[in-house]
Amino acid sequence: MKGGSSSPLPRPVVASVAFVSGFCIMTVEMLGARIMAPYFGGSVSVWGSIITVFMLALAVGYLLGGRLSMRNPNALVFASFYVSAALFSLPIILFADAIMRPIFLAVEDARYGSLLASIVMFSVPTTLLGMISPYSVRLLVESQEHSGQMAGLLFFVSTIGSAAGTLGTSFYFVLWFEVNRILWGAVTALLIAAAIILLAGYMRGSLSLRVSSHET
Amino acid sequence: MVISLFLLALAAPVAGEVIHQERSLYRDITVEQNGPRRCLIFNVHRGDRNQTCIDLNEPERLVFSYTRMSFAGLLLTPEPESILVAGLGGGSIPMTFGDLFPDALIDVVEIDPAVVSVAREFFLFEESANMHVHVNDARVFIKRAVLEGRKYDYIMLDAFTGDYIPEHLLTREFLDEVKQILNPDGVLVANTFSTSRLYDHESVTYQRVWNEFYNFKLPTSGNRIIITRDGALPPRGELVGAAQRLAESMEKYSIPLLEYPARMSTRVDWDMSRRVLTDQYSPGNLLRD
Repeated sequence: MKGGSSSPLPRPVVASVAFVSGFCIMTVEMLGARIMAPYFGGSVSVWGSIITVFMLALAVGYLLGGRLSMRNPNALVFASFYVSAALFSLPIILFADAIMRPIFLAVEDARYGSLLASIVMFSVPTTLLGMISPYSVRLLVESQEHSGQMAGLLFFVSTIGSAAGTLGTSFYFVLWFEVNRILWGAVTALLIAAAIILLAGYMRGSLSLRVSSHET
Repeated sequence: MVISLFLLALAAPVAGEVIHQERSLYRDITVEQNGPRRCLIFNVHRGDRNQTCIDLNEPERLVFSYTRMSFAGLLLTPEPESILVAGLGGGSIPMTFGDLFPDALIDVVEIDPAVVSVAREFFLFEESANMHVHVNDARVFIKRAVLEGRKYDYIMLDAFTGDYIPEHLLTREFLDEVKQILNPDGVLVANTFSTSRLYDHESVTYQRVWNEFYNFKLPTSGNRIIITRDGALPPRGELVGAAQRLAESMEKYSIPLLEYPARMSTRVDWDMSRRVLTDQYSPGNLLRD
């Protein structure tokens, strides 16, 4: 492992995109109840389904992201988490009714219906967003003694992002915009984050360097 | 802020004697007895809202203006054979329907099982061969009714307790579903909001789905009742005639039906430029102040 500024991305870049991912996770989660209410109602169990699925998906994401971070952590893979999370969020916007209708028809009990619908709509993008956390830690960690500090910093910014996403969505966005427009906003934010990562990686030279050095 | 709210809660005067109190998943439920009058109160700490009261000496008599107003739909549909009531409360609306129309099939949908048991235990609410309570979300129940092709002659929406508004029951899509389970001669009666920006949004949404509706308000009640049906509304003269025919049978419940037609208006008194509430846009709880 190299010392000094060998980190593939500048710290402010990693911190800002971690904020964006935290923000988007909670924006989608807050909207989840609203998206599902027309089919499964507004009962406490619908919230229970959503939160359960988000927690499980994040847990799996942490595990996978940590695993992936062991092999040549680089900006390209990091950006691909954002791009794929954005892409896998699209079905929530485009096919929510097509997903929920058959589940509503097949499952009489709204608790399991909402659980199933949550799994189908939210588990993949949330897992992908969960992968970002451990991976971003790895991108910034340059020595063992700094690892806890970097992890602390990144948990801090991404959780602040989550708080901001929760508040912004529930207090303001739903008052100003339609649900799908807010979701498009989250997708756009994730794609912009990916673009920033690629640009910063390219400028630091880590992008081409890393990829080519390992391909030879 | 939190502390001052807490102190306020402690200081809130509670008239009468509290005979039952429980915290359900959805609200705090208090039952209070004051002489012969027994009241169901949701979220007492927030300012003592009576949800339903009954007079134990004359349990048929409807104590609240808005509860009585809920029967104005009979002016359009005088003999419903199937009735859906969304929101149980103390159960006085379905009990009155059951008393008035013993042969009618009555479905009651209530999301909170605690409310159902409190209504049974303290408010003389009883299911019968023709009256069934379904513990479910009204939206889900109605969506299933659409699928199964069940229809009703009288649909009463009374699911707004004033504390937290179920936003998915305010939308155009929901009202479209309600429309699908309403019989051609049936009537929809909705107990809704009379104040705040929500009044405008809700009016615009009802207008979009039903074209026109009677806006029914009384000075004795803070509620606004929307009454409508699929197709054109009858002229007021017809309502007056119906009121005269039905008035006598309503006396037992203290429903002053004869006063109602004059109070039912189709005049637009809301801001028509407000956005229609949809499943995509329904911030009801943010629009209430």
